[in-house]
Amino acid sequence: MEKTNVFNLNGEDEFAKEVRQSDLPVLVDFWAPWCAPCQMMAPTLNELSVLMEKELKVAKVDTEKLENQKLAIEFRIQSIPNMKLFKDGKIIGEFIGLRDLDTIKKEIENIIK
Amino acid sequence: MSIFNDNLKRLKDVQNNKYDLIIIGSGPAGLTAGLYANRYKLKTLVVGKISGGLMTESHKICNFPTEQDIAGFDLAKKIMKNVTSQGVTILNDEIIDIKKDGNIFKVKSIRNKNLLTKTVILALGTVHRKLELKNEEKFIGRGLSYCATCDAMFFKNKKVGVVGGSDSALTAALYLSEIANQVYLIYRGKKLRGEPVWVEKISQQSNIKILLETNVKKILGDDKLTSIELDTPYLGKNFIELDGLFIEIGHSPKSNNYIKNLKIEVNEKNYIKVGADQKTTCQGIWAAGDITNNSNNFKQIITACAEGAISAESIFHYIQSL
Repeated sequence: MEKTNVFNLNGEDEFAKEVRQSDLPVLVDFWAPWCAPCQMMAPTLNELSVLMEKELKVAKVDTEKLENQKLAIEFRIQSIPNMKLFKDGKIIGEFIGLRDLDTIKKEIENIIK
Repeated sequence: MSIFNDNLKRLKDVQNNKYDLIIIGSGPAGLTAGLYANRYKLKTLVVGKISGGLMTESHKICNFPTEQDIAGFDLAKKIMKNVTSQGVTILNDEIIDIKKDGNIFKVKSIRNKNLLTKTVILALGTVHRKLELKNEEKFIGRGLSYCATCDAMFFKNKKVGVVGGSDSALTAALYLSEIANQVYLIYRGKKLRGEPVWVEKISQQSNIKILLETNVKKILGDDKLTSIELDTPYLGKNFIELDGLFIEIGHSPKSNNYIKNLKIEVNEKNYIKVGADQKTTCQGIWAAGDITNNSNNFKQIITACAEGAISAESIFHYIQSL
């Protein structure tokens, strides 16, 4: 298996603990199992989570799961893959659609530097 | 999802390798070319960003000979599984430059890998065409989508529009009609141009309204799409309130600087000109699949597969002659 630090979030309590109260910025990937581009994004996020482990946490929210639907509504998810970058509980960046590793890494670095 | 994993390991393995053939693109053309090249014992590498290509976005495929009814993503996985189990290496990466040096091509990827190859197949495919409306980008992810399979579920019991009249528009409208309350199919032509089987199904679906000879003029809304303006009134009004709009108006060939730099000839619509053997105008480079002007311009998974197979066979003979 490929090395990864990506973790799954289930429900609002976990989201609050891991994202809203996180000291590090968190990239949250809102995805669903039926979405091919989301599946393609997964290995890129796995690599990103290893390459940027000191600067960033990477989490995934499966929007198909019942316990995550309030989160999908709260963050107005209408198109996936939809990755939102959180810092101090606030959204500081948003990336919609498939991206390669270099592109998303640069985009994130430009925001969190 | 093991077929998509281990990319880091593959990146290490391919560094500084010299290939007989590098296939750029991992849709049906690229994957089939890889399969055939492998059987011809050519040292081959497939490099692509999306394994399976655009077919992964198809909600339903019923015209591939082995499949009665399959999601594009599932068909892509089947092809991928077959290709990788036969020993073809697929790298998740993007080629950004190709330079010709005598009979060898120096190929550079976005992950800074430098590769050498005797031949190349360009199987880059196409990208979604956009409406080219002023504020289109602003609404992506805020009600505007180019992938019904990905995003339809976010419009449960809502009102949506689909723009287009081809097979992809018709299948998107049918899929959405199972999820949304109301679907408006908006097409500029006088008659839907998809397969008659889909047209018939559309006409039987009570929650799909077909608006012919109609174009979307504007997308409206503040922080999300709320309505669209049409150039032809519908029920006496030029505006329709919508929660979502899906654009399915066809595709354009992918372009890259290296295609221009290598002086590869393209037609007036930028599709790569190839012969019956899929050769381009640049010696050592072939092209296959949706990016070419071959197969009577019929852009199908099966024609892409065929062009991939023909390319590999032609390259086998070319390499033997070197």
